[in-house]
Amino acid sequence: MTVTDGPAVARALETSDKVASHLHPEGSFDVDAHPVPTGREEIWRFTPLKRLHGLHTDDATAPLGTGTTEVDVRVAPGVRVETVSADDPVRGSSGYVPTDRVSARAWAAVDKATVVTLPGDRVVDEATVLTLRGTSMDSASAGHVVVVAEPHSKGTVVLRFEGSAVLADHVEAVVGAGAQLTLVSVQDWADDAVHHTTQHAQVGRDASLRHVAVSFGGDVVRMSTSVAYDGPGGQVEMMGLYFADAGQHLEHRLFVDHNEPRTRSHVDYKGALQGQGAHAVWIGDVLIRKVAEGIETYESNRNLVLTDGCQADSVPNLEIETGEIEGAGHASTTGRFDDEQLFYLQSRGIHEDEARRLVVHGFFADIIRRIGVPVIEEHLLETLETELEKNV
Amino acid sequence: MATLEIRDLHVTVDTGSQGEGPKEILKGVDLTIDGGQTHAIMGPNGSGKSTLAYSIAGHPKYTVTRGSVTLDGADVLAMKVDERARAGLFLAMQYPVEVPGVSVSNFLRTAKTAIDGDAPKLRTWVKDVGSAMERMKMDPAFAQRSVNEGFSGGEKKRHEILQLELLDPKVAVLDETDSGLDIDALKIVSEGVNRFREKGDRGVLLITHYTRILRYITPDFVHVFVDGRIAEEGGPELAERLEAEGYDRFLRANA
Repeated sequence: MTVTDGPAVARALETSDKVASHLHPEGSFDVDAHPVPTGREEIWRFTPLKRLHGLHTDDATAPLGTGTTEVDVRVAPGVRVETVSADDPVRGSSGYVPTDRVSARAWAAVDKATVVTLPGDRVVDEATVLTLRGTSMDSASAGHVVVVAEPHSKGTVVLRFEGSAVLADHVEAVVGAGAQLTLVSVQDWADDAVHHTTQHAQVGRDASLRHVAVSFGGDVVRMSTSVAYDGPGGQVEMMGLYFADAGQHLEHRLFVDHNEPRTRSHVDYKGALQGQGAHAVWIGDVLIRKVAEGIETYESNRNLVLTDGCQADSVPNLEIETGEIEGAGHASTTGRFDDEQLFYLQSRGIHEDEARRLVVHGFFADIIRRIGVPVIEEHLLETLETELEKNV
Repeated sequence: MATLEIRDLHVTVDTGSQGEGPKEILKGVDLTIDGGQTHAIMGPNGSGKSTLAYSIAGHPKYTVTRGSVTLDGADVLAMKVDERARAGLFLAMQYPVEVPGVSVSNFLRTAKTAIDGDAPKLRTWVKDVGSAMERMKMDPAFAQRSVNEGFSGGEKKRHEILQLELLDPKVAVLDETDSGLDIDALKIVSEGVNRFREKGDRGVLLITHYTRILRYITPDFVHVFVDGRIAEEGGPELAERLEAEGYDRFLRANA
């Protein structure tokens, strides 16, 4: 078990607004500005490119946007869901600019986008659920969803991904001043699916975002989630839960850009791995810009390795350009099943498989409880049960 | 009648990373605990008292190299850890393990279900847990906390004895349950053990370094453990002698 913990040392550096760092590449909408990756690049070095079904290559060899997917929408009362053309200005309104080739390709390939709008000054209790079901692995699809939480709105949007598909998509969230948005993305794919998803949120003044990533299914899931602020006082909580089985590659890349003062971020991802070739990757980048005084950030990733033959890569990165911060820290742990926990439970008569189940449930319990979307919590507990039955 | 029989027990511990190979801790232990009896095992640090407790429970760190342990004639050493518990053995640990995210109530219900073979009736179970917690002077809020997580030393020990009451084994091994307890907690824990004994036909193996707990739990037999063996045996009066003289006599003889 390796543990790194504790606050990072804050250093005051004289730099401009522009940040030169391999962690935060300059974005571009031009596909050709992003060379075809070879796998040696920092941002691609963990990803099995051969299994991406050509999502990262060029259009001649692997056309993007020809695939078919079915979308089912359950709209909560008061929430608007509409389809707009690709050139609608709502696209890109989160300020996102593609920072990798797959993202740039997907951005160029879509012809329409789905826009979910939570009306301002209104609390919507019920979750709006968009379910995307893939039906074929023969061709690749591109997708785009924009969630607009108008100022002082409050609500929950759930994206569910199911079935078999090769999908590259974007999810943008624009969280208006004082709004409170919970955005949940559940990757519950069939075994063969390949999903490259880029999710970016802009969090307004005194607004708060809870982003929840849940990855269970798929052959390869590569999820890049980033956040920037559009005013002081914004709060972000990013939670993740994943379960990598034999042969599965689940990659979560987080980037929090503290570009405004007195903003907060809290990142907490937990994953379990089991079976030969199960691979989980977690990259947690946090940038604290010079202007971002009085911010607070903490990121944590914990992996629980259940069997031999698994690999968990966990890389937290903090880049601090101002000394005037409230707090910044990170933790990363990767541990095996705790034999003492198993012994304790078994010494009370609990069968070994049941004891393992309890420990894994316990490991995930705090995250599941904090999600705060009952329908998702129930589903998660069921899925967890199914995953555990595969092994124990 | 419940009988735990330990014969010529030799146990080694895997020293693991220290690279010294297996080290023999128990060097031939003979002990018979009949239902209705309380045996106290006393001895200096490092004499193998805890090893005896963990070997009976089946901790993977310890290897039995010779001898036997039977419960009512059944071969305990052939059983897995959970099977031993279901056969009627219970170990109250000196350092109970934290299990984050698993609530005490879920843990107790799961354990009771495993021991009994079917789930306890909800209504009576909730009542049983509630009154047992009251007797142990545990706040009802404990039921919702994660097992042993953030518990004080005294809370952990009371939680162990709570399990003893609810799981109701044939033979209980209490490994230094008194260590680290203030006098109030010691009384509460001792009363819990005495309630268990009063159920009749229950065996207790009480492992302790100090004689303090024996003022509240009167043993039928006292065994002095030195260097992996029982060096002397007697009645409760032996504990009083140890209180007065300490272990020096045994350590000198050994050296």
